[in-house]
Amino acid sequence: MDPSRKRAIRLVVALTAALLLAAALVYISFNAGRREVTASQLLRVAKPGQSYILAGTVLTGSVRRDGAALLFRIRDPKLHLSVPVRYTGAVPDPFAAGRAVMVTVQEQPASSTFVGEQNSLTTKCPSKYQAQAAT
Amino acid sequence: MMAPVGRTLLILGLLVAAYGVVASIYGARAGKREWVDSGRRSVYALAGLMTIAWVIVEAAFLRSDFSFNVVASHSSTTTPTFYKLAAPWSSQEGSLLLWVWLMSLWSSLVLSLTRRRVREIAPYATAVLLGFAAFFTSLAAFFANPFATTSTPPAEGSGLDPLLLHPSMMIHPPMLYSGYTLLAIPFAFGVGALITGRLNVEWISVTRRFALAAWLFLGIGIVLGARWSYTELGWGGYWAWDPVENAALMPWLCTTAFIHSIMIQEKRGMLKVWNVSLVLASGTLAILGTFLVRSGVLDSIHAFGASTLGVPFVLLLTVMIVAAIGLVLWRRNQLRAEAQLDSLLSREAVFLLQNMVLLAMVFVIFWITFFPLISEALTGTKVSVGPPAFRPFIVPLALVLVALAGIGPIIAWRRVTAANLRRSFTLPVLAGVATAVVLLLAGGAGARPFALAMFALGTFVLASVVQELWRGAAARRAMTRESPPLALLRVVRRNHRRYGGYIVHAGLAVLLIGVAASSSFQHSRDVLLKPGQSARVDGYLIRYVRPTAAATAQKISFGAVLAVSRGGRHVTTLRTARGFYPSQDPTQGPIGRFFDGEADSDVGLRAGLTKDIWMVANPDLTPLKGLIDQGNRVFSAELTQTMTRVAKNSLAQQQAALAPLWQLRDQAITEIAARYVTHPWPVEFLLIVDPLVTWIWLGAIIIAGGGLIALWPVPVPLWRRVRAERRARATASPVSPAREPA
Repeated sequence: MDPSRKRAIRLVVALTAALLLAAALVYISFNAGRREVTASQLLRVAKPGQSYILAGTVLTGSVRRDGAALLFRIRDPKLHLSVPVRYTGAVPDPFAAGRAVMVTVQEQPASSTFVGEQNSLTTKCPSKYQAQAAT
Repeated sequence: MMAPVGRTLLILGLLVAAYGVVASIYGARAGKREWVDSGRRSVYALAGLMTIAWVIVEAAFLRSDFSFNVVASHSSTTTPTFYKLAAPWSSQEGSLLLWVWLMSLWSSLVLSLTRRRVREIAPYATAVLLGFAAFFTSLAAFFANPFATTSTPPAEGSGLDPLLLHPSMMIHPPMLYSGYTLLAIPFAFGVGALITGRLNVEWISVTRRFALAAWLFLGIGIVLGARWSYTELGWGGYWAWDPVENAALMPWLCTTAFIHSIMIQEKRGMLKVWNVSLVLASGTLAILGTFLVRSGVLDSIHAFGASTLGVPFVLLLTVMIVAAIGLVLWRRNQLRAEAQLDSLLSREAVFLLQNMVLLAMVFVIFWITFFPLISEALTGTKVSVGPPAFRPFIVPLALVLVALAGIGPIIAWRRVTAANLRRSFTLPVLAGVATAVVLLLAGGAGARPFALAMFALGTFVLASVVQELWRGAAARRAMTRESPPLALLRVVRRNHRRYGGYIVHAGLAVLLIGVAASSSFQHSRDVLLKPGQSARVDGYLIRYVRPTAAATAQKISFGAVLAVSRGGRHVTTLRTARGFYPSQDPTQGPIGRFFDGEADSDVGLRAGLTKDIWMVANPDLTPLKGLIDQGNRVFSAELTQTMTRVAKNSLAQQQAALAPLWQLRDQAITEIAARYVTHPWPVEFLLIVDPLVTWIWLGAIIIAGGGLIALWPVPVPLWRRVRAERRARATASPVSPAREPA
């Protein structure tokens, strides 16, 4: 086969593979994605049954246990506002009041407390913790 | 006294870097050798200045000089000396200084080693390296100054986060920073080669070793981070696809692609655009990684918060990307390949395909990591895809990558023949197929097709590497009659780059087999147990034998002793504990603050070649709340009374009056903690049985070993050095001949 024709075929195959990958990525990203929100945004947009990734800092004095569940409030980084979360599952060691955390939550019908998805709690790596970030 | 010296050193460093940029470019443009040399020496001067600055910061930490803000917020008098040395890079300020310091050291090394080579390119590379140094020095001088001080230093510092009291802390960050800073070197020489149009393989051979070192350091840093996460953070995993983890992985993958594709340019003069683009992309991704950590632009668990460094980094990245694209387009005609791909069944084609797979991985990781920003820009809403989205893309790509890691070493260059296929592929393919069949017959693996494929392909890679090592040693033995181990050793030493690479491939196979097994066949349970109660995990019976409690000056630990048995036979006894460090928050009360501070887990771990048994306890301290509250009330009242009584006394007298109270407090704390043992209540445990995790660490060690073998300098015979120097003198004059000074 003519070498230039061979090169053209290879290019088309490579570009097709790249396009398929990109299309799959875009599709999955928009369909499987979960909205990342702060406490104030969560209060505005939350609908029962939908999951959101809640990011913020753990409100000082709000952490307590209720059996296997961990109860705490997550504060909005910019506003004096927080939302209560009831969470079960693995608690990373760096979790503490004042720390930046992310947790996947769902609104419970007839309850103001958001329920955290099991083992979805992540806490800022201690090597990157700056005290001023939590205030 | 030393802080002003440090601040002056930073400003001097900035001026030296700026001078070096100007001198190098002027020297190269005007053909003035002395200016070029002066530019190079300014790199050495910068390294000297930054070394003194670094020593000042380390000395401040070692002396617990709390007049330095960074020392007061990241160390204390009780921080062990070993960790005081590591504490500087736990802060934004210290890690920026570390960046400049390492950058200046590596730059000095490369410019010293290449001072008689690539003489047209070197001045521009010097300017680029000093440009990076100037950028980071100005960040350290004006945005996050490690020499900032306070006029009223506290008596005691906040201390290093207890979770960072781990030996990895000493090695993990410097390894990552070394990787990032070393990647600036190929980037700088790539830019120099594009500016001067000297695009032959010489600039590549000069920087190849530094690219390999960057790859090695970055890889070691990534694995150490994973190991620390597994043994220290108490969540049971080693990789979370966090943006900052991904930020280190992307340049590592890109450099892996470059390390392979430069072989094609060296051998066949192909892929010039590709290689220079990979070098520029790796350098840019290294800065992007630094940007992610410093700016806090993405909600990462690793990013420094409340940072003001985002804008300068965006500006730097914009300059890098625009300059890189512009230079490649400008020189596109000189970057044409000297040869074409002969066949898709050749080592070149396999390398190219492997490059594409690696870049596809980079693209997937980049897209998913930055998707919150992309979606916000497109739709106004921040959407996060999260770790599950990586799996459908990364797993198949990793499978193809492993297959190529096995094919690459045994397929012929240019064009494969049927004889070559038969001779090289029969045994490895048979080994892979046999593994798949045995695992299918053994049961279990059939339900996890991706894991099964990884086991089979991993075996294929191991077999192909062993076959190549065997054949190399056998060929040498036939000629020299050496013993098999000696022949193997000498054949590896003689072709260290080739066989080092093969060993890396074997390590990758071992590591990915470990990842596939541990992520597909993990058994984990979250259970609430009373002493004497048991839980079953993957056939193991884990019994909570008894609670433990210990109160020391540093922390209060609540733990458990657990007995692990299988089929009635005792396997091991494990201890796990959760430690609480005193909080500095006075609102928690004189007793409560000892029970509600920073926490860490002592993981109960029995690591084995086939399985890890991993456990942590998460004790609920609510039953102690009543006693703690009572203690707070009693001691608050007593403390107030004592302080009122001795308010007018000297400090020494006040301390003497308070001493009995502190003794009573410590006794009360010990007794409250002991209640956890005397009146035990149910404790929550996370119990995990995870197969082949040890293979991940073993694979990483093999990769590092292979990387070191490939990197290790082998003495070059004198005749070869003389010939190379003569050739270099003949082909590359110090400056453009037309501008050669008289």
